[in-house]
Amino acid sequence: MAPEDHDPSHSHSHDHPHGHDHDAGPDPMTKRVQALEALLVEKGYVDPVAVDALIETYETKIGPRNGARVVARAWADPDYRARLLADATGAIAELGFAGRQGEHMVAVENATGLHNLVVCTLCSCYPWPVLGVPPTWYKSAAYRSRAVLEPRGVLEEFGVRLPEDTEFRIWDSTAEIRYLVIPERPAGTEDWTEDQLAELVTRDSMIGTGLAKSPQEVSSPGGTVS
Amino acid sequence: MNGAHDLGGMQGFGPVEPDETSRGGSAALFKADWERRVFGLTLAVGATGRWNIDMSRYARENQAPGAYLAKSYYQIWLQGLETLLVQSGLCSREEIEQGRSLAPPAEPPRVLKAAQVAATLAKGGPSARAATRPPAFVLGDRVVAKVMAPAGHTRLPRYLRGRPGQILLHHGAHVFPDTNACGGGEQPEHLYSVAFDAKDIWGEQAYPGSIRVDCFEPYLDPAA
Repeated sequence: MAPEDHDPSHSHSHDHPHGHDHDAGPDPMTKRVQALEALLVEKGYVDPVAVDALIETYETKIGPRNGARVVARAWADPDYRARLLADATGAIAELGFAGRQGEHMVAVENATGLHNLVVCTLCSCYPWPVLGVPPTWYKSAAYRSRAVLEPRGVLEEFGVRLPEDTEFRIWDSTAEIRYLVIPERPAGTEDWTEDQLAELVTRDSMIGTGLAKSPQEVSSPGGTVS
Repeated sequence: MNGAHDLGGMQGFGPVEPDETSRGGSAALFKADWERRVFGLTLAVGATGRWNIDMSRYARENQAPGAYLAKSYYQIWLQGLETLLVQSGLCSREEIEQGRSLAPPAEPPRVLKAAQVAATLAKGGPSARAATRPPAFVLGDRVVAKVMAPAGHTRLPRYLRGRPGQILLHHGAHVFPDTNACGGGEQPEHLYSVAFDAKDIWGEQAYPGSIRVDCFEPYLDPAA
């Protein structure tokens, strides 16, 4: 699909108002969606309050902090790590994360010389309970086409350079199995608590387009725990 | 279908553009309020149970390649939702174009209430089913992805067809998207993660490593 930055329908959106458009009313996409929602409410098919709740859930409650808890637990607790690798769905549910687009989870682990990367070449399959709704780039034609063909080049666009002989494992999630990458635990964190470790786990490190942060990248270990 | 959605290995789309979250900041999930509403409406109407996730995917991908590639992600979702509303009889095309009801609603479907949202999402929709026969493959078996070009929905990407692989994981039996998307029912099939050596797909210049793809049993033949 076209890069969303160049999508003409976005140029008049609420998020990017242009003064000269104010008299013309909403842009065509806004108008079409408003009309559709009005029709669905009039028909009695949707409760707009439920629509609000669905949106709010993924904007504020379900996101990559969940996955960071899972990874931090796996780093801190060898028994949990073993359970996560054997039965990710069950191990993730232990922390209270489950459900839509995470019904069947598999966790895959990076190691020295081994790097996992997750993509859905056919649409946008993504583990919602642990990472939330996928970012725009994950759904883009550029990522979906190239992650399987030239992962090294894709990673470089994220600022990640791995040794030439690194083995890549690219997971193309074509069915209902969802994959979570366990990044390598950064050195120098041996005595860190689970809460501190979670601060090192980025969204991209759990997709494979990034690495966990180093201790130096978080300002004050222990002081930024959410 | 061999549609434009089947993007693995295509070239020419340019670089991936990481977002603010990739750079350590915080990116908005939606670029405009209408995207937010399309997302919420798609989930809310989907909860009526009038279609399944495979039908949703097929409704989004089943369009001319040029049209698919010209749309943004949530434009594709909107078109998919409109298609499903019409196909399921919940709305007519005229009602969608006019944005108002022109006929009595279809039989009252299940309507998702705000109080049910958290429990509904937590429950999800598992695709695992009881197997109706033993699996044809065991871990380590050498297989070949079938050469095929079905006109309907399939989840075997084009770039794998005819390529050799090895059974890596067995996930049990799952709803078969190829039938479930097109009114043929769930017809559960065994599902495997199959490892394909990158060099067997892209040639000698490929990176060291493998592509691991979830393949339903009907997508695979034993290696000769």
